[in-house]
Amino acid sequence: MLNLKSIFSVAVIASALAITPAQAQEIIKLATTTSTENSGLLKNLLPKFEAESGYQVQVIATGTGKALKLARQGDVDVVMTHAPAAEAKFVEEGYGITPRGIMENDFVILGPKNDPAKIRSSKTAEEAFAKIASSGEGFVSRGDNSGTNMKELIVWKGAKVEPTFKGYHSVGQGMGKTLLMANELQSYTLSDRGTYVAYKAKLDLAIDYDGGAALANPYQIILINPEMYPDLNHKGAKALSDWLISDEAQTMINSYTVEGEQLFKATYSK
Amino acid sequence: MSEGWLALLQQALSLLFSLDPDVWSIVNVSFSVSFAALAITLVPSLVLGFILAFVHFPGRWFVTNLVQTTQSIPTVVIGLLVYLLLTRMGPLGDLRWLFTQKGMILGQMMICAPVLVAMSQAAFTSVDKRAWETSRTLGASWLRSVWVICRELKVPLLMAIVAAFSRILTEVGCSMMVGGNIADVTRNIPTAIALETSKGDFAQAIALGLVLLILSLILNFTLGTLRGKAEPRSH
Repeated sequence: MLNLKSIFSVAVIASALAITPAQAQEIIKLATTTSTENSGLLKNLLPKFEAESGYQVQVIATGTGKALKLARQGDVDVVMTHAPAAEAKFVEEGYGITPRGIMENDFVILGPKNDPAKIRSSKTAEEAFAKIASSGEGFVSRGDNSGTNMKELIVWKGAKVEPTFKGYHSVGQGMGKTLLMANELQSYTLSDRGTYVAYKAKLDLAIDYDGGAALANPYQIILINPEMYPDLNHKGAKALSDWLISDEAQTMINSYTVEGEQLFKATYSK
Repeated sequence: MSEGWLALLQQALSLLFSLDPDVWSIVNVSFSVSFAALAITLVPSLVLGFILAFVHFPGRWFVTNLVQTTQSIPTVVIGLLVYLLLTRMGPLGDLRWLFTQKGMILGQMMICAPVLVAMSQAAFTSVDKRAWETSRTLGASWLRSVWVICRELKVPLLMAIVAAFSRILTEVGCSMMVGGNIADVTRNIPTAIALETSKGDFAQAIALGLVLLILSLILNFTLGTLRGKAEPRSH
């Protein structure tokens, strides 16, 4: 018995020793947002990086707030998110270093195909919103404190319109359900491009306005300060960050499409 | 946001007693929609219950069982049915009732009608047939005789109404699908509780939950009092 036991424990310790140094080097824990994961972008990019570098990337997909929190606590090696204000704070407080804007996707204003509020000629998203409010057409808002909902409220603020006009419907539901409701009511709504593309076949709506700084949704990859957490895989994190800004990765981001639509625009400028 | 229970309860109560406009708008939607649904279905359902209890016609057994079955259909299934009826592509799409209070009322009518029919049928079945015959031979009109019997059956009929009302006041599936949870228009107590809970804002959810709780207490106590007062009938 004792013999077996000792052999067993030796075997366990030996195998643990054999695995540990290799794994510590190999694995990169990346905290990121659900949008990059759900759109399939990472599944498209990461195998290439893994093949070239020999690292293995483990993706933890949560909301932007939680991803940054994980990074603050030193639970992950590197973080990739899309909330400029929160990211700036993260770097200022000394947790994050070397923030790099690698890409952006965008929000789109959807509406009926005949564009009754005539927003297609608008110069800015704010102008488009103001036109919707004054035209008496409907607008469906997610109203659930999501990132998209916050973005929408910022645009209303910029347009100097109180979102309490008659056609404004705050529905408190997720993006997909909100799109279906906007479709039924033939109203305008603000959506991220990814979800819109996924639902496109079910909708009788068109992109009536897109582009412009106000609707941009920039993504940054940020390394974690080694002085805070010396034991993380900083080498792997840096390798990933460096690879994402390489010409090869930036080209791959630009050429990634879902249903024939480009979802992300590579933005790293050397 | 680790708030103590007491703090949350305090917030909820202050929302209620400060007559927070959001909370009362939600309560108002709930009641106006459910009352309308109940008011529209009440008389036809009672008449159908009466017919099923008193009139022997071919297929009566089938209708009775059908009503019993529809009582147990989940509200989301009724919601789905009404949604498909009212959607732009649906047969009633031209009404444009989807995501309006009218659509919600239609859904709730379909939910409360089977309850009313089944429970009133049970009540009418329990009544002594001779009461009906006596009333008719004394020259009372058909409607008047029904009225006499309804008064006789005050308590079980009220129980049917309360059961039907509480079922539609508290159902979330159909209201969410057909109403769409639009703030100040179709956001009622159950859908608001679902939303606030998903946002992690429990104070308003608790306040609304309290409204439902107090209401069901009042209804049940009223019923209990009625039942106590109702003299035991001798057959």
